[in-house]
Amino acid sequence: MRVGLFVTCLVDLFRPSIGFAALKLLEAAGCEVVVPQTQTCCGQPGYNSGDRASAQALARKVLNEFEACDYLVAPSGSCAGMIRAHYPDLFSDQPEELERIKRLCGRTYELTDFLVNVARLEQVPGRFDGTVTYHDSCSGLREAGVKSQPRQLLAKMQGLKLKEMEEAEVCCGFGGTFAVKFGEISTRLADNKCNNVAASGADALVLGDLGCMLNIEGRLRRRGDMKTQVLHVAEVLAGTDGND
Amino acid sequence: MQVTSMNFKARAGEKLADVKLQAALRKLQGNFVKGRADRVAELDNFEAIRTAAAEIRDRALANLDVYLEEFETNATARGAVVHWAETAEEANRIVCELAVRYGVRKAAKSKSMVSEECALNDALEAAGIEVIETDLGEYILQLAHEPPSHIVAPVVHKSKEDVSDLFEEKHKLTRKTRIPDLCREAREILRPHFLSADMGISGANFIVAETGSTLIVTNEGNGRMVTTLPRVHVAITGIEKVVPTLEDATTLLRLLPRHGTGQTITNYISVNTGVKDAADLDGPEHFHIILVDAGRTKLIGGDMQAMLRCIRCGACMNHCPVYQSVGGHAYGWVYPGPMGSILTPSYVGIENALDLPNASTLCNQCGVVCPVKIPLPDLMRKLRERQFERGLKPWPEKLGLALWGWTARHPALYAVLSRIGARMLAYMGGAEKRIHHLPLGGGWTAGRDMPAPQGKTFRELYSQKIRKG
Ligand code: SF4
Repeated sequence: MRVGLFVTCLVDLFRPSIGFAALKLLEAAGCEVVVPQTQTCCGQPGYNSGDRASAQALARKVLNEFEACDYLVAPSGSCAGMIRAHYPDLFSDQPEELERIKRLCGRTYELTDFLVNVARLEQVPGRFDGTVTYHDSCSGLREAGVKSQPRQLLAKMQGLKLKEMEEAEVCCGFGGTFAVKFGEISTRLADNKCNNVAASGADALVLGDLGCMLNIEGRLRRRGDMKTQVLHVAEVLAGTDGND
Repeated sequence: MQVTSMNFKARAGEKLADVKLQAALRKLQGNFVKGRADRVAELDNFEAIRTAAAEIRDRALANLDVYLEEFETNATARGAVVHWAETAEEANRIVCELAVRYGVRKAAKSKSMVSEECALNDALEAAGIEVIETDLGEYILQLAHEPPSHIVAPVVHKSKEDVSDLFEEKHKLTRKTRIPDLCREAREILRPHFLSADMGISGANFIVAETGSTLIVTNEGNGRMVTTLPRVHVAITGIEKVVPTLEDATTLLRLLPRHGTGQTITNYISVNTGVKDAADLDGPEHFHIILVDAGRTKLIGGDMQAMLRCIRCGACMNHCPVYQSVGGHAYGWVYPGPMGSILTPSYVGIENALDLPNASTLCNQCGVVCPVKIPLPDLMRKLRERQFERGLKPWPEKLGLALWGWTARHPALYAVLSRIGARMLAYMGGAEKRIHHLPLGGGWTAGRDMPAPQGKTFRELYSQKIRKG
């Protein structure tokens, strides 16, 4: 099974360790992983800001880079959701490309979804001693259908206890450029999320999207919480610490 | 109603700091969010009903002219008079002319968002007619001279104490503090108005083509008084409210109260058909129905048409994290929350509400709960596209998008720039690995740190790894 890893622009820039964790997990599941070197961004920032032309150009680029792979896997519900739920809209008036795009969409997965439903990863390499709580990122949950998959994988880990928080499915306020354009509202939503994380008493917040991670971790630290770890689910499952 | 949607951001800041408002907004969570979830769980065929509901609305919109004409024919046959108002002003003019024709001095109103769109009360008052809002929430707002902040619970931004203060000041009676006592006081004040009003004004949740009826759902019974006691009943509503049959209306009614107030069904459902005839004990002698366009036909056939399915349940705002944080007044017009972020620019002009389609994280909670499956985030995104095409975006955003879009299409350059960026930001993060202040990113760092990058990009680390083998 030849899997193209779509690292995502945020992971590339901010936290490459997530990309390597994803790589490790995919290999542990027996996949042959390729990382197209010209990849950049899925086009979501442009798409959500109304710049359809640039989103389309980037979608076409992703298509060309990943079309030859059996699967496209991204450690992000947001980018996987962008491809699966929105790429077809970008090519709705171009039947030939639309067919190719649709075939790509059908083979595009968020990492944990892929590990559970396609690669059927049995042995999770990581180990984590402590309690974690899981934040469902909006696009992962509502566009890519990610809910039980990360929990199923975390449940396989010895020493890890999952304690669900209140409002796990409520938006953390990130929303891409929204986080800067409407900083005050965004901060309030992040604050609500921090309250729920704190109330859960978990040692670590685990989630599957780096955008939400930066937002929630940024707010936790500003509030003076230096203790609660904020970890990408790939890092936890792979057993690689975020600061390697 | 005056449009102040361009002040969204400034207002939002005030609202976030308003402790009383924040406490009031928390009520939504319990009553409406949980209420909806519980009522939906009772239905074992919920998704099937939802699909049917969306189809009914789509069918009505696809044949809008046909159903509206059928409605007019059937309403006329029962003695009602149908008026067509292309604009809000025209609607107001028609109501004022009717008031003159029938010698109306006082009008009692039940809740109608379309009348808010038209600012009907102002028009009637300017014509020397006394208007009394009889929905408790709307009555409170009329006393306070405030606009509604929610389409179902217009006074959700006020606390019980606010209402006690207001009643004490305006009614000049001993202060009441218990909700039942406040309700009784309002009821006693309103009762004589029902009896002395010459005109009753209502809205309509649906208008039914096959019977020519207007249908309203209420919980207080004031709607029934307003539509049956006065000599003249005027119903004012939007043309998109038409449904083909009564059966269609009942299908929609399985969802409307559940999504609106968390009720299985509202206390009253009134189907108003025609005027009082010889056999009737009650009912109006004259029934006028004003069908208002005010921007609606412009949406037909375009990419916003799905918005006209809306049955005004309010679920999208109840579930919207942004609405929950800033309340309805920040949105600056009649309709707040996600549905308002689409309706306001559509009806009052995209250039008069630039923030609204952007004031959403596109979390899609609204789209998931909407009983008629309106893809609200997709419509907001379409409006963003329109802003972009028309050059209505602020220049820093335009520039940022252009730079990002262009660089991301040039991988070699992107690789160089992202390496520099990752290093610079990592340096700025220092030993703490957190950036406290980000130039050009003040919106972020005013309330949050920015966790610093690890220092190298994935792509450069990966190629090093490959080279090492
Ligand atoms: S858009 Fe949907 S959820 Fe919102 S008020 Fe209309 S029908 Fe209800």
